[in-house]
Amino acid sequence: MATVETRALTKSFEADNAVDGIDLLVKEGEFLVLLGPSGCGKTTLLRMLAGLETPTSGDVLIGNKVVTWLPPRARNIAMVFQSYALYPHLSVSKNIAFPLNAVGMHGHEVATKVDEAASMFGIKHLLHRKPRQLSGGERQRVALARAVVRNPVVFLLDEPLSNLDAKLRTSARDELQQFQRRLGTTTVYVTHDQVEAMGLGDRIAVLNKGRIHQLGTPLDIYNDPADTFVATFIGSPPMNLMEADHTLLGFRPEHFLPHDVFGADRDVTPFPFTVTRIEHLGADRLIYGTLEAPNPAVKVISRLPSTIPMPIETGTRYEFAVRTANLKHFDRETGVKRAGAGT
Amino acid sequence: MSSAVAQPRAAKSHTPWLDDELRLGRILLAPTVIYIIALVGFPFLLAIFYSVSDATVGSTSLHFVGLHNYKMIIEDPTFWRSLRNAIVFTVVSQVLVVVLGKILAMALYKDFPGKWIVRLLILLPWVAPISLSSIAWLWIFDPVYSIINVSARALHIIGPNTWPIWLGQPDLAMASVILVDVWRLLPLATVIILAGLSAIPQDIHDAAQVDGAGFWRHLFMINLPLVMPIMLVALLFGIVFTFTDLIVVYVLTRGGPFDTTQVIASYAFFTGVEGGDLASGAAISLFLFPVLVAVAIVFLTMAKRAEVT
Repeated sequence: MATVETRALTKSFEADNAVDGIDLLVKEGEFLVLLGPSGCGKTTLLRMLAGLETPTSGDVLIGNKVVTWLPPRARNIAMVFQSYALYPHLSVSKNIAFPLNAVGMHGHEVATKVDEAASMFGIKHLLHRKPRQLSGGERQRVALARAVVRNPVVFLLDEPLSNLDAKLRTSARDELQQFQRRLGTTTVYVTHDQVEAMGLGDRIAVLNKGRIHQLGTPLDIYNDPADTFVATFIGSPPMNLMEADHTLLGFRPEHFLPHDVFGADRDVTPFPFTVTRIEHLGADRLIYGTLEAPNPAVKVISRLPSTIPMPIETGTRYEFAVRTANLKHFDRETGVKRAGAGT
Repeated sequence: MSSAVAQPRAAKSHTPWLDDELRLGRILLAPTVIYIIALVGFPFLLAIFYSVSDATVGSTSLHFVGLHNYKMIIEDPTFWRSLRNAIVFTVVSQVLVVVLGKILAMALYKDFPGKWIVRLLILLPWVAPISLSSIAWLWIFDPVYSIINVSARALHIIGPNTWPIWLGQPDLAMASVILVDVWRLLPLATVIILAGLSAIPQDIHDAAQVDGAGFWRHLFMINLPLVMPIMLVALLFGIVFTFTDLIVVYVLTRGGPFDTTQVIASYAFFTGVEGGDLASGAAISLFLFPVLVAVAIVFLTMAKRAEVT
């Protein structure tokens, strides 16, 4: 168990800063998710924590010790790769035993630890198999078992679920969180999938272009985005944005509902709009449309739960509204949330 | 509707000539089959035929002599010496080629400025015609002008009055021949092993590093086992090229001194072509056959295993 810290960490590839002066503190036992679109620098950041990439400037600290120039093997960390990176020529048990052998452990002790790790992930029956004889889900468990076997102080996970099919991913997510809670090991988890990030993270760091745009709990990030990048990156469909009085006004699709739904509530802002398309998703309807005057003609989306069975047709104008408290205000130039406004 | 039914029938009766897969397959295979029969099969059968005859260069008559030629060869000490030399030549040079090829491939695998020019330079010995480069080596090993002797003397490695005759002293001659063969086959082995190294995903190397493997553990537990299959391919190529090679020996030493660098291929050539005794030459060269069959079997087994997995 240890803290992980970066100080003004920067990595440049040629002219570009893939990671641009990041200051981050991961608390002991915390599950921190690095979330961002591809190319945002999240994997480079993780690889620098692992020691697989040397920073251009700045420092990495693990357990309050500067490890910037230490090789990966001197950091007592474990990493799970997107491809799992199992050693194809070694059996499952030898794969799991590899980190133990590397620290000079032999014989009975290795066998006991491998056995422990294997039963933790329910793969004891696979120990004699080769990686190519395993399914995707089994490979992922082997990779996790190999990571936990020598009790590292930090887990680094690089999109470990993205190679699983959608059904398996949900259960794998659940198991992953359970075992992290049980071991209490500090974990840094990289993903581009906001559902994974929201579901797993104690805190989420939203990255774009090598910088952290917001660091906070999943609810903070969803309910109170720090800027328009976070507002539009998190949430599916993303937050609606429109210009009004020199600011950007944002509201989530699930807050954008027919005026009647709010009943007697007076504190709502009306947004009349014309429907252009409707998607039926079962639990909700997604209603695409264009705002009407006095607002600018911006494309917006409403997410209407199926509990509101109001008939809606394309080409028709409807009176929709948003509770004023749910309106977010951003600076028009910088996109940064305006202090004190809209909350 | 009617046209849709009629179409397949029309297509069947008018299949264009080259669209018949069976016929096209035979046509495409024919050049290879003809080539193998003409340049491999026919000479092989001819060699068997000669080896049981008394054929000589310049004589038009042929008599069947049974296994007489083989009996003579087995009683010939030079043949046994050639066989021993061929095995030493092949084993020593291939051990060196595989080890050096692996080291070189690992060095070239890393990124560094000017990598492509180094790769080009390393490939040069392979693309240069072996007969020409062997002549260059002949000068390098020349007793009087040898650049090796000049350099060694300048560096005081050898005394002013020592004159190593690289191609004239038995031990040095074998070492020289092996050196040239290694020099020639190293590029091919390096490129093959480099391809094998590049095929290992970077994640595997990263995982090994994070899992705590140092250089040697990484090399022996991860790197070597993963390139082993492709190194075997390089080795088998090397064995075939070296065991059957006569150019290096022919140009550098002509088998001398006192047959200490004579190998089966060169002995067969000197006996059969330069000595005119076609029958004995054919019989000697047929002793290459079992070794090449063994190599071929290993090759085919590997190819089959590669297909299965």
